[in-house]
Amino acid sequence: MNVLEVSGLSKHFPIVAGILRREIGRVRAADDVNFVIEKGKTLALVGESGCGKTTVARCILRALRPTAGAIRFAPDDERMIDLAPLSRSALRPLRRHIQLIFQDPYASLNPRMMVGDIIAEPLVVTGVPGPEREARVRELLDLVGLPAVARLRFPHAFSGGQRQRIGIARALALNPRLIVADEPVSALDVSVQAQIINLLLDLQDRLGLSMLFVAHDLGVVRHVSDRVAVMYVGRIVEVAPTTELYATPLHPYTRALLAAVPKADPEARDAITAPRGEVADPANPPPGCAFNPRCPFVIDRCRQDRPELVEVAPGHLSACFRATELMA
Amino acid sequence: MSGSLTDDSLASAGQLRLTWLRFKRHKLAFVSLFIVILFYLVAIFADFLAINDPHAVDARRGYLPPQAVHFFDSDGFNPHVSGMKGQRDMKTFKQVYVPDPNKKLSVTLFARGYEYELFGLISTDRHLIGLAKPELLDGIYLLGTDALGRDLFSRVMVATRISLSIGLASVSLSLVLGILLGGISGLYGGLVDLFIQRVIEIIRSIPTIPLWMGLAAALPNTWSVIQVYFAITLIISLIGWTELARVVRGRFLALREEDFVIAAELVGASQFRIMLRHMLPSFTSHVIAAVSLALPAMIISETSLSFLGLGLRPPAISWGILLQDAQNVQVLAGAPWLLLAAVPVIVVILAFNFLGDGLRDAADPYG
Repeated sequence: MNVLEVSGLSKHFPIVAGILRREIGRVRAADDVNFVIEKGKTLALVGESGCGKTTVARCILRALRPTAGAIRFAPDDERMIDLAPLSRSALRPLRRHIQLIFQDPYASLNPRMMVGDIIAEPLVVTGVPGPEREARVRELLDLVGLPAVARLRFPHAFSGGQRQRIGIARALALNPRLIVADEPVSALDVSVQAQIINLLLDLQDRLGLSMLFVAHDLGVVRHVSDRVAVMYVGRIVEVAPTTELYATPLHPYTRALLAAVPKADPEARDAITAPRGEVADPANPPPGCAFNPRCPFVIDRCRQDRPELVEVAPGHLSACFRATELMA
Repeated sequence: MSGSLTDDSLASAGQLRLTWLRFKRHKLAFVSLFIVILFYLVAIFADFLAINDPHAVDARRGYLPPQAVHFFDSDGFNPHVSGMKGQRDMKTFKQVYVPDPNKKLSVTLFARGYEYELFGLISTDRHLIGLAKPELLDGIYLLGTDALGRDLFSRVMVATRISLSIGLASVSLSLVLGILLGGISGLYGGLVDLFIQRVIEIIRSIPTIPLWMGLAAALPNTWSVIQVYFAITLIISLIGWTELARVVRGRFLALREEDFVIAAELVGASQFRIMLRHMLPSFTSHVIAAVSLALPAMIISETSLSFLGLGLRPPAISWGILLQDAQNVQVLAGAPWLLLAAVPVIVVILAFNFLGDGLRDAADPYG
């Protein structure tokens, strides 16, 4: 069963000017985004900076109100609730089921609160009584591999990796069904990245978590996700099971991203095939396929029509007119 | 910063301790803190430190120059001042004072003097120093006297109370206005924010002295000292709040976007809880720093208003009123000691500025 079904999700930010705040344009940060996350599975959302992946994540958390579309979420096995139109007060009881792991472990912990209080905050808000809270905080610290004394210290006493563990403990405090991890390791050292990734995988195994894993490169994603969705300028351009996506990428942009993943082989010094040019401006995307100015496989049709996301192979969707040719 | 879990003292140090540790590194601010505390102690114990009744008038000792306390005489340790004899200089007809060699006035601690009420409650006549056997026309005049023969030292002590407390009162009032309007501005944004910000800009663009003059001139002559005191407080804080409102608004805007505030929102914490637990603790230190920088401006405002004769009026005693006596060049030529009333103003303003500087640097120990 699905924990999350996102359909037609769009978030447009108006560009305003003048005293009267007249709208003179729109940034289409997310445009007609569709995907599902199955229970206990991980979907990775990948794309360059500014492609709208964080916007999508924030819409699902309802830190932003989407312009259009539905975000159907299953807080338990019976219900399926559309979060998109809900008001602030209607959202509050549902918030506990979706939790966020932040990118920056330094900014996401209140420096003025002790670690124990930070982790206990979700419990306080949901009205868990004191003694139970204390026990739960110890349990959570143990779960993320921190000693129990950590709860009496302030965040400044911890390293980046340890802080990220604290952030994870806070996210897990309420037994959420869905974890949104917004580039949880991109601010960490490489050696620490592996530890945090392993911790997340381990926790997912033990707790049966579903996860939306946002990342800006395809390097780490391979190890965590079951399926990968690649975004470009507000739209999903390819979705596939992880192994298949790495084996046979069916969108030129995915190919470019894969080529950009550094290889741990000093002999393999092939020319870097980074896509030419800059990411398109989401306020003013080129007509047709947004990737057409940078695409090595561009044909005339790409400059006029926008390719839809269609199933090219079983479970493998691509938004490219030449997807079948790329398969060969 | 390391992840050492063994170093306990710093790891479990709260905001207050970290701020204090950082503040102590700023030597000048640290010294200034003590100077400011000293000044407020003077304000509290003004009457105890005063030697003579600051209101007592006697034309026979007008423009008496400052006297020194001698600690030793031929018999050993015997703190005393020489008695002064007033004479007419027959050439200039000016009153001049010469020490009277026959008159030696012993000085003691905790002497009896004029009656006053300590903290406004306890009636007493004890003063820190005074004459052992006070007689008419005798007295200790450490900073000399003014035209009416009032003791400048005692007046400076008592003036400290009004000048420093008017600063505090104005700042408190500005703080309430500033936090309220700045908070609304930062929290709601949009049109409300736009309106409040424009109002602040308009208020700040008005030249202060003419505005004060206009407002102060509107105060009725018949008002009592207390009424004028509160009116002046109001006038000063009417302008002072704008700066604080900006600080508060800025902090609100910055904090709204902080990850840890978003994290609290995402677990379903109420607005009230977020304000109380996350936002308020993060900007109190900034507000304290802003206040300590606003205080000297308020004190200067009162002093200049009173100096121009637009603020408090005699018989109230404030630094500005004392300096009013020193406006006239002819008077100053004859009695330059009247300018000494400016010294505490300069010292306290400098101390407040350094203190504010240090506090601002220490306000965010995590930065």
